[in-house]
Amino acid sequence: MRSKLTSAWRTLFGDSARAFGSLSVILLLCLAVVPAKDHFREWTGYQAGYLRYIANRGDAATLKRRFEGGIQQTWLPAIGVVDRCTTCHVALKATSLEGNGPQPYRPHPVIPHKLDQFGCVLCHRGQGVATTVQEAHNSTLAWEQPILPARYIESGCGQCHQNKLTGTPQLNQGRQLLGEYGCVHCHTLNLADGNKIAPSDHPPLLTHIAEKTTREWIYAWLKNPQAYAVSATMPNFGFSDDDARDISAFLIAQSTKLNVAPPAVTQPSADSSGEGSSLYGESFCASCHAMQNAAGMLVGGNVGPELTRVGSKVKPEWLVSWLSNPGNWSPNTVMPHYRFDAKQLGLLARYLGSQTDSDFLAHVSLSPATQEQIDHGKKLVNERGCASCHVINGIKKPDNFAPDLTEVGSRSLAKIVFVPGVEHDLPSYLAAKIRNPHQFGSAMKMPQFTLTTTQINALVNALLAQTDRAEGLPANLRVPGPAPSDYEPAGPAGQLIADLRCFSCHSINGRGGDMAPDLSIEGSAVQRPWLVAFLKAPNTLRPALIRRMPRFNLSDKEAQTLADYILTVYQTPAFDAASLPASSFTQTERDHGKQLFYSKYACQSCHIVDPNTDKGYVGPTLTQAGLRLNAAWIVNYLKDPQKLRPGTIEPNQHIPDEDARDLAAFLMAQTKTPKEKGK
Amino acid sequence: MRRTVEIGIPVLGMLLGLAGCQKGAVTPVLHPKANGAALVESSGGKQAGFVGSPLDQPLVVQVNDAQGNGVAGALVSFTAAGDAAVKPATGLTADDGTLTVNCQLGSVSGRYRIVATTWDKQGKPITLNLDEIALGYQQNLGRQLNEKYCARCHNQESTVERVSNYDNLATKPHSFTDGNFYNTVNDADIAAIITYGGAARHQSAEMPSYGGTLSKSDVDALVSYVRAISDPPYHEKGLTYARQ
Repeated sequence: MRSKLTSAWRTLFGDSARAFGSLSVILLLCLAVVPAKDHFREWTGYQAGYLRYIANRGDAATLKRRFEGGIQQTWLPAIGVVDRCTTCHVALKATSLEGNGPQPYRPHPVIPHKLDQFGCVLCHRGQGVATTVQEAHNSTLAWEQPILPARYIESGCGQCHQNKLTGTPQLNQGRQLLGEYGCVHCHTLNLADGNKIAPSDHPPLLTHIAEKTTREWIYAWLKNPQAYAVSATMPNFGFSDDDARDISAFLIAQSTKLNVAPPAVTQPSADSSGEGSSLYGESFCASCHAMQNAAGMLVGGNVGPELTRVGSKVKPEWLVSWLSNPGNWSPNTVMPHYRFDAKQLGLLARYLGSQTDSDFLAHVSLSPATQEQIDHGKKLVNERGCASCHVINGIKKPDNFAPDLTEVGSRSLAKIVFVPGVEHDLPSYLAAKIRNPHQFGSAMKMPQFTLTTTQINALVNALLAQTDRAEGLPANLRVPGPAPSDYEPAGPAGQLIADLRCFSCHSINGRGGDMAPDLSIEGSAVQRPWLVAFLKAPNTLRPALIRRMPRFNLSDKEAQTLADYILTVYQTPAFDAASLPASSFTQTERDHGKQLFYSKYACQSCHIVDPNTDKGYVGPTLTQAGLRLNAAWIVNYLKDPQKLRPGTIEPNQHIPDEDARDLAAFLMAQTKTPKEKGK
Repeated sequence: MRRTVEIGIPVLGMLLGLAGCQKGAVTPVLHPKANGAALVESSGGKQAGFVGSPLDQPLVVQVNDAQGNGVAGALVSFTAAGDAAVKPATGLTADDGTLTVNCQLGSVSGRYRIVATTWDKQGKPITLNLDEIALGYQQNLGRQLNEKYCARCHNQESTVERVSNYDNLATKPHSFTDGNFYNTVNDADIAAIITYGGAARHQSAEMPSYGGTLSKSDVDALVSYVRAISDPPYHEKGLTYARQ
């Protein structure tokens, strides 16, 4: 054995020439390790696999020509992207391949952006620089960013787009929910464009709550808000019986009296039971408030609180006082000041007061509050941050009660405390925290919200869009949302607009809601007599709409003041509304317009001119268009509807000038009420 | 003796280590309390949603006996195609014979077949197929545009918020799920009808032209949405390549 080794040693290293030769061979072998290792890398297998995959296709030659071997990299220093994903995902741009073929050889689905302009990780996350499957996709080696599941992909769009995109419904819904559920009362959330998400849940002031409701109701509500109203956005804080007892004691104790003269009310007669319900319908309360119908379905809007059991909540004297002028009780309320007379107040108050649920307060009996309970209640109110949402006497609104969420989408995993059952990645953590905050510890202050899986999904999308990368993006990539406007109309009309809370539904010059048409250039569209009459008694322009303009019972003078202001101030600079008097049209033009209306443009599919023959009710009724609209408006609107009413679904049909003029001539001749036409 | 301890400690450690590696939670095995004779869909089939997302409505299936009455306590098991998932994947039916589960779509656009299985008294499986549609970005955009611009006329169903205009039209528009019609029209013609109006392709003039309102990519998105939800499914007639 020994002699064999010795002879081998002598053969290889016996003299200097042998030693040199042998060492050279060993060195060569050592040097070969590196290229060999490189040759067997994971990605080379995928690239070879791709060439085999396309080899038998008819377009193999084209695909092969477009294929580039070796490590591929997208480097975009401006947005901090270094992506080597295309090293294995070689066919992202090969649109002729099947969309559901094997990975990594699928082409990228159609999106509005070029892949080499934004790279991959901006939307998909993952480790762009990695060149192995494990490291690129998963959070092995303590990587922070595993690949984002497909259901959260819209969050990627939200980093640049702070505006509302049609293609990102989940992101839009999530951002809306952050306001609707009042998340942003406690959490600050600044969008990358500098705007803040504003709360839109309108939590009531509690400074005069003892006038409005009873301690028993507060107790039952605190225990479970959703038992009172299924659509309530107030979360469940999981208060114990004693806690709810003490908080209700404190809230009643801090409540002060408000000196509002009680309005005159005529008590309705016993046989007028249906009239209150009719008045509720005629006043279009359902545009904002929902009620459960007999089948248990909620019918109505979600701007105001649900009224299914309102009779079990409010005191009758408070209710009439609120209905007569809500602004007295809550200066910032979105509810308009209806001009109800004494009889209407009586009818409506009795109707709402009859919406009760005897079960809701059946098991609540509270003994008179002690000072100790009140003090404990105050302590709880402070601890649970009630004043983040509500105004309460003697309690200061806490600053930054909950963590800032501006960069929550890139929160480091090292800063997160996970619990068993929650996967170690940011989206899973966010979803689990929103679904059930108390699984992360009973001391967690965040309350339990009532949200569906879809809503949670949407919220996580909105939160994941809040990354530090979004904050640092170059300005030319940012698509900001509309800047908030503090537009305030002036004078007596301005006061009326504020008193009637027009901004709750209408938008003017960038301020206001989107439930009703934007009024910024309404003065160019309509005629004065029609507008005055409409403000006094809004009729049904769109038969299919459920949410409609309510009747405020305005006086003649109020209606005229408003109409004059709208007609003078809210004008478009694009054309002169009075430039085309109805008298300038000829009968030939009218006849030709009628032909165009019914045959070439088939307007009757969506609009009604003659109620005997036309049935369409997508767009507004045009039976009296000649009394309502200006001819110049009609002509300009027909030529480009979206220019005058952004977002309208009326298609822009590139109607030529002479057709638009003839159609306007025909529509301006429509001056009869449907009843007159029926004759 | 000492030797036994020396070997014993590492072995014990290894055993403990192995025990620790096992998953702590054991999924409870459900035992059917009854067996049905038929499995029917109550609701939840043919829904469309964004890829990878949970479907808006749950899947509800019902196990019936031979007389068509619901069977309580029957075992139903679900399997989903691809990376779609049904939660819970198995369950026992409620008193009325129904079982409600939630479905999350897979991460690639297309159709996902969910197969529900129950077993009759002889242990023979009874299956029910539910097809769900996952929409990619483009199709999802089409869906949003459809809701805004098209559904008012093309969808016969009225909702609380949207009254259908279908009945008011002289020529009835095709429902977008109507594969028997749309599958016979090629992409370019559907796009042309949207862009230039129905009259441009010998369809009703009541379909106005949307070319001035929708961009080309919007129109493409609508076409891809119509293709995605078509029933029967649309199979693209592309080029077929000869195999070498």
